[in-house]
Amino acid sequence: MVSDFMVEHSSQHSVLPAPNSPVAIRRRAWREFKDRLARYGVAIGGVSVIFAIVLIFFYLLYVVMPLFYGADIELEAQYKTNISHSTHLTLDEYNDVALTLDMQGKVEFFDANNGKPLLDVTLPLPEQAKIVSFSKGSASTGVFAYGFDDGKALVFQQDYKISYPTGTTRLITPLILYPLGEKTQTVDSKGQALRLLSVQSNSDQTTLVGLTQDNRVVMKSLIREEDFLDEDAFTIEEKTSEIKLDVQEDVTHLQMDIDQRELYLADSQGFISYFDITNIQAPRLIQKIKAVPSGVKITTLEFLTGGISILVGRSDGQIDQWFPVRDVNNNYTLHNVRSFNDQTTAIIAISPEYARKGFLALDDSGQLAIYHTTAHRTLLVEPLVTGENAVMAISPRANGLISMTADGQAKLTYIDNEHPEISWHSLWEKVWYESRDKPEYIWQSSSASNDFEPKFSLSPLTFGTIKAAFYAMVIAVPLAIMGAIFTAYFMSPKMRTFVKPTIEIMEALPTVILGFLAGLWLAPIIEGNLPGVFSILILLPVMTVLTAWSWTKLPRRFRESIPDGWEAAILIPIVIMVGVVSMMASPSIELWLFDGNMPQWLNDIGVDFDQRNSLVVGLVMGFAVIPTIFSITEDAIFSVPKHLTVGSLALGATPWQTLIRVVLLTASPGIFSAVMIGLGRAVGETMIVLMATGNTPIMDFNIFEGFRALSANIAVEMPEAEVASSHYRVLFLAALVLFMATFVFNTVAEIVRQRLRTKYSSL
Amino acid sequence: MSNKSFSSWYKSGSPWVWLNAGAVSISLVMVVGLLLLIAVRGLGHFWPADIMSITYNDPDKKSITLVAEAVETEVVSAARLQKVGVHLPEGQVTGERHLLKVGNRDYFGLDFLWINRLWMGETTYPEDLVAIERREWGNFYGYLTKVKQQGEVVATGDEAWDELQKRLERSNSLVAEIKDIEKNEVGKINHGLEELRLQKRQHELDGLPEGSLAYHEIEQERKQWNVRYQGLQKQLADLYAALNRDQIMVAISDGREVELPLAKVIDIYRPNSMNVLEKLGFYFKEVWKFISGEPREANTEGGIFPAIFGTVMMVMIMAVLVTPFGVVAAVYMKEYARQGPMIRLIRIAVNNLAGVPSIVYGVFGLGFFVYFLGGNIDEIFFQAKLPSPTFGQPGMLWASLTLAILTVPVVIVATEEGLSRIPRAIREGSLALGATKAETLWRTVLPMTAPAMMTGLILAVARAAGEVAPLMMVGVVKLAPALAVDNIAPYLHLDRQFMHLGFHIYDVGFQSPNVEAARPLVYATAFLLVLIIIILNMSAISIRNRLRETSKASEN
Repeated sequence: MVSDFMVEHSSQHSVLPAPNSPVAIRRRAWREFKDRLARYGVAIGGVSVIFAIVLIFFYLLYVVMPLFYGADIELEAQYKTNISHSTHLTLDEYNDVALTLDMQGKVEFFDANNGKPLLDVTLPLPEQAKIVSFSKGSASTGVFAYGFDDGKALVFQQDYKISYPTGTTRLITPLILYPLGEKTQTVDSKGQALRLLSVQSNSDQTTLVGLTQDNRVVMKSLIREEDFLDEDAFTIEEKTSEIKLDVQEDVTHLQMDIDQRELYLADSQGFISYFDITNIQAPRLIQKIKAVPSGVKITTLEFLTGGISILVGRSDGQIDQWFPVRDVNNNYTLHNVRSFNDQTTAIIAISPEYARKGFLALDDSGQLAIYHTTAHRTLLVEPLVTGENAVMAISPRANGLISMTADGQAKLTYIDNEHPEISWHSLWEKVWYESRDKPEYIWQSSSASNDFEPKFSLSPLTFGTIKAAFYAMVIAVPLAIMGAIFTAYFMSPKMRTFVKPTIEIMEALPTVILGFLAGLWLAPIIEGNLPGVFSILILLPVMTVLTAWSWTKLPRRFRESIPDGWEAAILIPIVIMVGVVSMMASPSIELWLFDGNMPQWLNDIGVDFDQRNSLVVGLVMGFAVIPTIFSITEDAIFSVPKHLTVGSLALGATPWQTLIRVVLLTASPGIFSAVMIGLGRAVGETMIVLMATGNTPIMDFNIFEGFRALSANIAVEMPEAEVASSHYRVLFLAALVLFMATFVFNTVAEIVRQRLRTKYSSL
Repeated sequence: MSNKSFSSWYKSGSPWVWLNAGAVSISLVMVVGLLLLIAVRGLGHFWPADIMSITYNDPDKKSITLVAEAVETEVVSAARLQKVGVHLPEGQVTGERHLLKVGNRDYFGLDFLWINRLWMGETTYPEDLVAIERREWGNFYGYLTKVKQQGEVVATGDEAWDELQKRLERSNSLVAEIKDIEKNEVGKINHGLEELRLQKRQHELDGLPEGSLAYHEIEQERKQWNVRYQGLQKQLADLYAALNRDQIMVAISDGREVELPLAKVIDIYRPNSMNVLEKLGFYFKEVWKFISGEPREANTEGGIFPAIFGTVMMVMIMAVLVTPFGVVAAVYMKEYARQGPMIRLIRIAVNNLAGVPSIVYGVFGLGFFVYFLGGNIDEIFFQAKLPSPTFGQPGMLWASLTLAILTVPVVIVATEEGLSRIPRAIREGSLALGATKAETLWRTVLPMTAPAMMTGLILAVARAAGEVAPLMMVGVVKLAPALAVDNIAPYLHLDRQFMHLGFHIYDVGFQSPNVEAARPLVYATAFLLVLIIIILNMSAISIRNRLRETSKASEN
């Protein structure tokens, strides 16, 4: 290097111009320019690299934030129609076409953007009978029915045909179908008027339930049975029955679920009756329960999507969610699972979303509220309409809302409500999910069924991460710190130069290899030799002390042939021997203590045993963390100033006393930061937990069971998650949690370490 | 000292010292044991194991002959054996059982079998037993009986073996020829056709009316490609016909005589008749096949060349990206930035980022690079290809970038450390001679820091080579159809997905249908990966040590 410099210098010297010549000035200017250029270049480069690194945090935050935004509504169009006293509205999935129905039998499709009539449907209404009731089936089916004063009902269904006549513009053609034909169906054979009506229909079965003037609940099912040989040929089987109610009972609401298995009646006294109509010919009252306090009335009764929960809107503005819960005896009873009380006047309409477990509620004062049941979240409360008897409908994609008052004033509103299912409650607390018998922590992000209630509880995953880190630290901390103490303080320097790099190199070992060995090599060995593994854990310290004691009994000459500081080498054969003997003795111990099969024995005493369990993870991840903790601890102990230890020894303390009272005390911040950094590594480790556990999200501290850690969950589910969906963002949130946790651990460790450094320099 | 009582010995703290020593011993035994385990299992896989012929008398079934390689032996307690339906005689506490690889999966259904020592009869090693490495269905064991050509027997008995060698060589060269055509020639045609489709789509996007000349030209070109394709098809059909000429007949352990087409055979050998030298030769041939070959049978057989290639290439791109940025950031932080609480904070943050879980970087890479950056690049430059993504999907470039972000703190920290080791006198000397700051840095400081940068880079590469979790999201796949470099312009395809050694281990070990068969391969892959990483780390350590010595020397 020096010679290069000289050569360059001398070559420049020959052409070096006089200091103040124009050439020299120009060159100086050029050099200064280059210097400035370098300064700014490096500054820009450096700042941008640092910025890029910091960007990670902000990008994660940027993706996660929308989860916690509330909903927003925006008025798209407002117009006057000539429709008055609409009973029910629907809106198609593109927010283009709306349908209105009223009690006069007027059924009309109109343009949702401006109210222009599109199709005025003439229903085949019977001439003599008068419409007395109306019912809508589940919104996703689009089925409706009118009930007449002669005990009959007409069932019809809305449908949209979508075509692209010019290639790109969408044309929606609305139409009305008659799934049971254009003929009316006799629901009450006695011909009484159907005061209330409920209809549900799917491709196999249509059920009509009516309430007659004389308080009978009449039911009729039409079951379509296809011919085995010919798909087009079918027969319809009719089943009917009726329930006689108390004459006093004033039923106000009648609702049947989409599967036509459950029937709910609400009366003016605030009672809800819950019937099982799975067998339509033998309806069974399961429960009659007072659902609201006295003085409060039930004003609306609607099913949440999926047909499991019912939403009870009350006259005081509260909305309760109820669903049947199975008790230990397999009996179902209704439970008030959660309530929403962000509205103050009577709830007049509830519109459940089509695909999610959210709903919209409109109250008497025209306030609109958007809720989500699972997350127990109120996303929005805002005034929507002014006027009497308003009706509203949400579009199937839950991004549009149409509302209309009795005088025909209509509004089309766009809803921005991307992630209602996420809240602090649904992420971290126990949630009572539908069809579950109690509130639980569950992670289940996807399922085959459509009206699935996603279960995004991060608690079991965080628990899994903590469990993994705990067992890993139980193994790693004692081994690494004790090993570091010996290596730094007692070991002979010659041995240390070999031991330290050997253990440290393991830090670079890819964890995928450790995970593979854990899952495919160690897990079967541990399952097969469980008693052996425990005997190793117990025997190793015992045998070490015994060896040490017998060492003192050996003849002095022999002992002196091995100098101090080589104890670790003497113990290596002992460690290997203990391992081999324990493994060989394992079947015998197993036979002697555990009936020959320890996993089975554990199962018998009520401890579940998985092959890929936390013990395996603890051992292997502990092994992965040892080098990290070992290396930092060793450095901290080794750099304790020598004059401190020498002073202590000179005052008569034994080496061990010096170590405990002087060295460890001085190095303790360093050891603490080593443990923190090790913990950070254990928390974030992915491949080992992914490969060495069964990845089931359970919350149990049992060492013989697996778990699902945050990191493994991200690795498994991230590639499949739909971009910008709630699932995707929740996985980002999991990454953010990991990021923050490790960042905190590392920062604490770093600060402690810097303190230590200043302390040493002052000693 | 030797006559002290136990309690006074205990008080001296000596047992604690020994326990600490024990911790070191345990760690050492684990570390060395683990490396040995991987080495032995990984290297042992290629050794041509002897094939045994065993008579096996299961009392519940009739006596059979098994032809197999021994894989594993274990001692199991009687109670556990009972659970799987094996009843040992009274008084016997444990039973020994062996795992055999019987091969012939297409005939036996299972290619691995546990047998009990107790019922094993005579074991022999007949010299004429052959092991056949096949392109499908795994290994095959049996006795070679006949060699056939188009169904006609051409050699039997001892002659069959010699006849076979020639014919095997011929069929293997034919297979290589077919593969070359299918991969290169047909690949080019497919690429050409795809290009035409994209051109057409681009014209449509540009609003070129139907019936323009451009469409006509594209159609003409398409016809030319199709003609070429038909020519190749014919050539391939001829080659296949030639390949399917030969068959061999092999007698298997249950007495059946089975016909195998030679086209499906890669190699045939008689391990029992090989001497140690021959076995050694075979061993190295197998190692070479493993390193240079392509995977077969859902990655459970064959080589791992694409995975090695993918790993090396990704790490190289990462190194190219990470070095300048890491060094610039370090120079800025150390030399240009004002040293205050702000820069100290940044330094702590950068240090800590080295400890942030790699999976977090993967999530970031997927969200930011793949979906955000890649998605936008596709919108702007590859509109014709949409909706199928080009850069908007995981790929080599994004994987390298993600790992670069992951490892940049390592380079920054190492470089900064190197910069702080440069004695002040050198800097001041340079400045005193009239050099500007930039010149001082460029001519004296940075060259002296080079070994430190090198150390940082090697550590970064070692870390990157072993990472798997983030790569699972940003570009690694179990089987990449093509390498990122090939003979189709622009030759370097950074948008392609790739295979990776670490992911290969995860995938084959945990997602493959036949884990038992794949296990030795996984050990071999793991050994290779460990070897690469240990070599990288060792070189980093030795460079660092030498650096320390030179810096000490310069201080003196």
